[in-house]
Formats: sequence, C-alpha cells, structure tokens
Amino acid sequence: MIELFRDANYDFLGKKWYCIGASLLLIVVGLGSLVAKGGPRYGIDFRGGTLVYVKFAQAAHLDQLRASLGQHGLGSSSIQRYGPEENNELIIGLEQRGSEEEALDTGRLAILEALRATFATPADKLDLNQVGLDTLRERLLAADPIGLAARPTEAIARYRQIAEILTRVRDTQRGGLFRSFDEVRALPEVPPAVVNFLERNAFLSPFVVRNVEIVGPRVGQQLRLQALAATAYALAGMLFYIAWRFRQWIYGSAAVIAVFHDVAITLGFLSLFDYEIGLNVVAALLTLVGYSVNDTIVIFDRIRENVRLLRREPFVQLVNRSINQTLSRTILTSGLTFISVLALFLFGGEVLRGFAFTLVVGFIVGSYSTLFIASPIVVGWIERKQAGTRRTGATARGEKQPVEVAENSKASAGIAGRKGR
Amino acid sequence: MTSTLRWKALFILATVLLCLFGLVGFGKKPDGKFELRFPTSFRALRTHVRERINLGLDLRGGMHLILQVQVNEAVRTRTDEVAQRLATVLREQTIPYTEVRPVEIDRIQISGISVDKTEAFRNFIRENYAPAYELSSVPGDSTAYFLTLVPTEAEGIRRDALRSSIDTIRQRIDALGVVEPTIQEHGRGEFEILVQLPGVDDPARVKNIIQSTAMLAIKLVHDGPFASEQAALAGRGGILPPDSVLLRSVERGREGWHVVTRSSVVSGRDLRSARAEVNPESPGNYEVSFFLSREGASRFGPFTEENIGKPLAIVLDNKIFSVAVIESRIDDSGRITGQFSLQAASDLALVLRSGALPASLRYLEERTVGPSLGADSIRQGFTASLAGLIVVILTMLFYYRGAGINATVALVLNLIILLAVMAYFGATLTLPGIAGVALTIGMAVDSNVLVFERIREELRTGKGVLSAVETGFDRAFVTIIDTHATTIISAVFLFLFGTGTVRGFAVTLTIGLLANLFTAIFVSRFIFESVLSRQARPTRLSIG
Repeated sequence: MIELFRDANYDFLGKKWYCIGASLLLIVVGLGSLVAKGGPRYGIDFRGGTLVYVKFAQAAHLDQLRASLGQHGLGSSSIQRYGPEENNELIIGLEQRGSEEEALDTGRLAILEALRATFATPADKLDLNQVGLDTLRERLLAADPIGLAARPTEAIARYRQIAEILTRVRDTQRGGLFRSFDEVRALPEVPPAVVNFLERNAFLSPFVVRNVEIVGPRVGQQLRLQALAATAYALAGMLFYIAWRFRQWIYGSAAVIAVFHDVAITLGFLSLFDYEIGLNVVAALLTLVGYSVNDTIVIFDRIRENVRLLRREPFVQLVNRSINQTLSRTILTSGLTFISVLALFLFGGEVLRGFAFTLVVGFIVGSYSTLFIASPIVVGWIERKQAGTRRTGATARGEKQPVEVAENSKASAGIAGRKGR
Repeated sequence: MTSTLRWKALFILATVLLCLFGLVGFGKKPDGKFELRFPTSFRALRTHVRERINLGLDLRGGMHLILQVQVNEAVRTRTDEVAQRLATVLREQTIPYTEVRPVEIDRIQISGISVDKTEAFRNFIRENYAPAYELSSVPGDSTAYFLTLVPTEAEGIRRDALRSSIDTIRQRIDALGVVEPTIQEHGRGEFEILVQLPGVDDPARVKNIIQSTAMLAIKLVHDGPFASEQAALAGRGGILPPDSVLLRSVERGREGWHVVTRSSVVSGRDLRSARAEVNPESPGNYEVSFFLSREGASRFGPFTEENIGKPLAIVLDNKIFSVAVIESRIDDSGRITGQFSLQAASDLALVLRSGALPASLRYLEERTVGPSLGADSIRQGFTASLAGLIVVILTMLFYYRGAGINATVALVLNLIILLAVMAYFGATLTLPGIAGVALTIGMAVDSNVLVFERIREELRTGKGVLSAVETGFDRAFVTIIDTHATTIISAVFLFLFGTGTVRGFAVTLTIGLLANLFTAIFVSRFIFESVLSRQARPTRLSIG
C-alpha cells in the first residue's frame, strides 16, 4: 500500500503563530500592492471601454503603431502584448470617453482605420485575411475563375466548398492569417485558377482582428453591481449553510474568516502580478470561496466525529488528531484539484489565464487556511470557553464535558439520523 | 450476484445507455433541428457528438450585442402624430385655435380656444381622447390647455416599441440567414435587447442592418436645393412655412437642403415589398425598387395625379435619397436611386421589407469573437482538460491500484453524464464552461479520495473488507454532501447574477457535481460490492 502519511502525527496547531504571522504578512504585501497601484485593476467588463485584439503576421513595430494611432486622434490608447511574444498579438485599448453611448464603436473604427493606414492596405481589393465565408463565396461565384458558368448548381457547390476550405484552414490551422499566397497554393483542394484569381484581386493584410470587446458605461456599472450581488449572496448562503450544518456559530465564523483570508490574499496576488479583475476572475473567486469552505468542512466534520468518540481527549490534541487523520485526503485532493487548475493555467490559453491564476493561488491558500487559520480559530475559541467554565468552577466531577461538546454530539446525532435514510 | 446488485446494475446500465443515446443518437437536419438518427460510421458519430453540444459564441465565433431601444422616441412620434391629427379634426369640428403643438414628449399644448367654445372643446376631447389622455388647463392662460398622455399609456407605447423592435430585428436577422440567432429582451425593464449571432463574419454590415430604422417616407418638395440650412431659411425670411421641414439630400452630385412637407404621402408602413435591381441609367450601380400595398397605392395614385409637374422626395431615415419630378400618375411602385453597390442595395431592400423600427437603437455592449480565436480556445480548453484528466487518472491508478480503476470508471461516467445532460437540455458550452469541466474532474476525485481513505482507515482498525467498504461510504457520505453543497451554492448565485459566458461555467460545474453524487457514491459503491460479491468470503480489496 502506498501511503502518503502513515500514522501522521504532526503538531499543526503548535505552529499557529508562525502561520498567522505569515498570513498577515501576505495580506499586508497584497494590500500594499493594491494601495501602491491605486486599487484593483478592473477588466473591461467592469470598467467599460473598447478593446481590439489584433494578431500580426510579423512582430509589430510598437512605436510605428503608436504614432499612427496618435495621428488618428487615439493618443490615449493603450497597447499591450497578449500572450507569448512569438504570437505577435496585441490588445489595443481605449478608455470609455464620457457617457455618450451613440458612438460606442467609433473607437473601434478609428483603431481599424489607423491599422489600415499603418500597413497601407489597398482599399479596393478583397482582404483574404478579413473576409468572411459568405462574402468570399459570393465573390468567387461572381468572378467564376474556374469557368463553371454553364453549370450554375455545380458552381454554387464548388465555390462554397472552396470558400469553406479557405476560411477553415485560415481560422483553425493558420491562426487567422495567411502569410503568403504560397500557403494558399499549397492547399490541394484549391484549384490553381482560384489561387491566381485571388492573387490578382485580393491581398493578404498583415494583421487580423481576432476579438473586439466594447462595453458601454451603463453595462459596466450593471456588471459591477451584479458581480457584487453574486459575491455577497454566495458568501451569505455559505454562512447560512455552515451555521445550519454545525449548529454552532464558531465553526461557521471560522470558515468564513478563513474564506475572507483566502480572498484577501488572492486579490493581493492578482494585484502583485498585474491581473485584471473581470467577470471570469469573479467567477474564479466564487469557486475559490466554495472550495475553501468545502475543504474546511471536511476537517470540521472529522473534529465533530472525534468529539463524540474521544470524550476525554483535550480539545487541542483532538483537533490535531483530526487534521492528521484527514491529512492524506487533504494533500491528495488538494494536489489533484491543483493539478487540474494548473493544467488550465498552463494549457488553457490567454483568455482563461486570469481565471486559472486566481484558482491556482486560491486553491493553495484555501487548503493552507483550513489547516492553519480555521482550525486554530476554533481551538482558540473553545479552549478559552473551557478555561472560563473551569475557572467559574461550575462543574462537578462527573460533568466535566464543556457545554460545546454536548451540543456537538447532539448535532452529530442529528446528522447520523439523516445518514440513516 | 444478489438481486439488489442486479437491480443496481440494470439501473446504471440504463443511465449509461440513455446518456450515450442522448449524445450520439441524434443528427442535425439542415434546418437546425435534431432528428433520431443512428450514426453509421465513426465519422458520423463524431459529428453527432459535436453537433449535440451547443457551443457558446466565445468558442464558435460570432457577435454578442446589447442594444437599447430609445423608446421615448416612439412616445414622441405618437405625440407628434396626435398633435397633427388634432389640428386637422379641430378645424373640421369648427373649434378655432391659434396653435396645436407638442411641448414635451408626452404633452401637447393647444392655445387660443375661445371662451365660448370651451365646453365644446372639452366634450370633444373627453369623447375622443379619454382615457389615454388627460386634459388640464395651462396655468395663467385661460384659453390654453395641455393634453397629456397618461403614464400607463406611455408605458404601453414603450413596451410595444420594444416588442416590435425585437420582431423587426428578428425578421432582418432571419432574412440574413444567420443560423440559430438569439434575439430576446435583456435585463430588467430598461428596454434592452440581447442579440447573439453565431458565426457572423461581417460585424459592421450586420450592425448597420440591425440599426437602420428604415423609416421610408415620400414627401412633396416645396423648395430647394439650397447650399445650407441658413440659405434655405434666408429665402423664407428666416421661418419655415407651416407643416414643412428642412431635410438634407445625400444624392450624389445634388447634395443640398430641401424644404419638404412635414407629413408624408406614404410611409414605410405602406410598403408591400422591395428589392435590389440594376440601375439602368448607371450600369454597375444598383437601386432599390419598392411596391406599395393596396391602401398605400389608393392614396399615392390620386396624389401623384394632382401634383403632376411638382418634385417629390424619397426620404429614408430623414435623409433625402432622390428628388424627381412627377411626370405622370404613379400607383404602386417607386425607386430609391443612388450609388448603391449590390450589397448595399440588397441590405436596404432587406430592411425596407422587414419594416421600420419604431425607435432608434443604441448599442450598449458589443463583443465580437473571430472564428480563429474560437478555434484556439476550443483546442486549448480541450488540451487543458485532457492533461488534467490524464494526470488525475494516473495518480489514482498508481496510488489506489484496483480502486483507482473504480475511480476512473466513475470519473469517465461522470463526464459522459455531464455532456449528455448538456445535450438533452440544450445548455451552452463556453470557454469558462470548459474550465468548469476541468474543475469538475478535480473535484470529482475528491469524493473518491474521501471514501477510499476512509475505507483504508477502517481496514487498518482490523475491520473486515465488506464492513470497511460499508462504513467507508457511510461515513464519507455526509462530508461529500457538504462539500458539494457549498460549491453548488456558489455556482447557483453565479448563474443567477452572472452574464454571458460565465453562466456556462456555473452550468457545467453544477451539472458535473450533481452527476458526481451519482457516480462517486452510487456507481463506485456498486463496483466495490459487485467485485466483492464474486469472492465467496471476501478478504481482499485492491485499494493500494
């Protein structure tokens, strides 16, 4: 049998002050980063504005691009690299200007205009890198380079097929851009007559717009409110669930404090590593809330079970024992969930990067906080309460169980009843 | 095998078959609906699965738009119309007035009603305009009145404007041939419309077609063209004649301003059809010819006969497209000429056919995902999920041996159920949704680990194999319920308040976790029990 921990007996609670110190340090560093950077960086969902994702055939000259944008009255636009450098992808961003919404996409049009001017693309030719399936099909059909005019049905089917192949290869195999007509010629399904026609009447622009996001100020505000509402309701729902399940508010409070701890540290890391907070990241934060509570519950369940079984054991030892008993599970599942989100972070692509980063950080912190934050809080509270009970001397010899534990066993009995069904 | 086990086996088998059937048993017809069709080749099988999973815009590429209908324009139009009609009928009723004019979007001021006609005026209004309108006197002027649209009525006009905007947009999108568009009301009563168009590759064109109000009007030209607004006014001593407006012409080579009648002989409502045609006068250019309905023709015919020799303006969205002198009586057709390309002319004919929008539209949000980005996202999301799945399965097999196979079966079954449920309910898979699948994989094995660790613990205390399995599942059950509940609580609120692609995440995560309750508890336990039932006296269990 392979076992991660055989009869593990580590003193987790003995080191609680080091851990609390480390957590405080991380929170302070994160807060410092947030303060230094003037608050969290909101993504376009919450901030509003225009983002145009452009992919270039060759490495783009940023200075040239910036100058061109400036000439088109877009001096305030931001240019940001997207993904690894060899992808040649940039995001050109514009802040929301004022509150006028009529001209929501003027920013986008101006950016495209500036790009066209930069690369001096011919205005009267078909751009094979931007054209859509329908337009390409119609143009081919109208020009009829293969000479199928005598058989109209066949012509329609044939040019549709060619247009489909061209756009599909371009979008799924070439990343949206043909670099030269040689790449088109290399496709066996495209007859030379069509390639020659395209070479004469079309061109390949050296950039392609991969994605456009335009969010007006009203929508931005609405999304902000919705994200806040979702977070608030989820936290409240969680608190109610734990309070209901454990019938003792200290467990619920400890879990919620741990969750706040996790979210605070994760937000700090997002700020430190310059990730933007958008809808996806909020979704990740809510997942982290669920995960962190879930992790805490596993250990708390074991604590309650042990409270019932080992009535004579001091509470600190009992909690330590519970943590050690579930240690294999904690490490194994944290490890496996962590691997899933790490795979997302590594292979999931640029769109999911912020989302995956939040979960990678959050899951580490979430597992850690269960052991080193939530459990010490419960222990600290119950020990103080026990000490208080002892000091008031209210206990006779035969009644040495503190009040909490009695309540606990009642709660567990209730659960045992549910289990029986 | 005991009879309970046999029933469990049947139940699991039925579930698996139902899920597989849901995934592969349907093929897509050309109209986008599904029909019962069994795949006959591996290729067909793959196509079926791919078609059954509804991909979000972020994965297949397309446009996501949120528009707001400027509904107050519809209220204003109604007020203008009512004011115009009121002026006419008051004259017919011989109730003299000095002025009837709209003063606010929902209010008309009627001035100069003489005292002796007050009673007749009030009665006339009560009979013809109540209860939609309320009459009140203008403070400080005993001969002037306000006629105000009551708020519930105005709200009705706004709702109607929203509804007919949605209908009109749907007609236009359908005419464009977009497959599986979403066009629906959005948000909470702010007159917003959500439009999602998968696979659209010419966003600028589509946006123009949606946004064009297509308000066609044919008006008589009083005077023009003038070089500027000032010039037009100067010729008239600074004021326009009553019932006339100044409009700009966009006709090539004949730009300028014209004074035209405020009212139109025919409007977009009188159109029967419209189509693009080659412009006979300038080959290579196109024009749009339109045909009037019978009712429109019955007005247009006599009108043109009366006005032979006078110029007529064809006005679209308050811009004059052409001015032509009436040469003879015209009954039911007309042309909008101009330097149109074939596509521009077809698009114009399309929006004319679909009818005018009751009010203009404003874009609040636009997201366009190019098809190449969608393709990248699918590939990356799939790679990430697969990488996570493989590592998880290898770890489980290595660490738990025989029981690892059990966990793997449960995990794979979980994924099949997840996909099948999405197919049956037509749920949408988005990129965050794929992340939800990856996360489900991680969280699903958590349940297996909880159970297996518990069984190991029980075995260590010297319990028999059968009772260790039983206790293991029983003890872990409560914890598994708890862990699932907390995550599902988060996901539900995310679904309720989230928008767009994030909802897809909440959906896959929730379905995945619910499926996991079945696979990690019921199926996994069944596998253990049926393996142990083969041993006469079970003593061995491969759990690492």
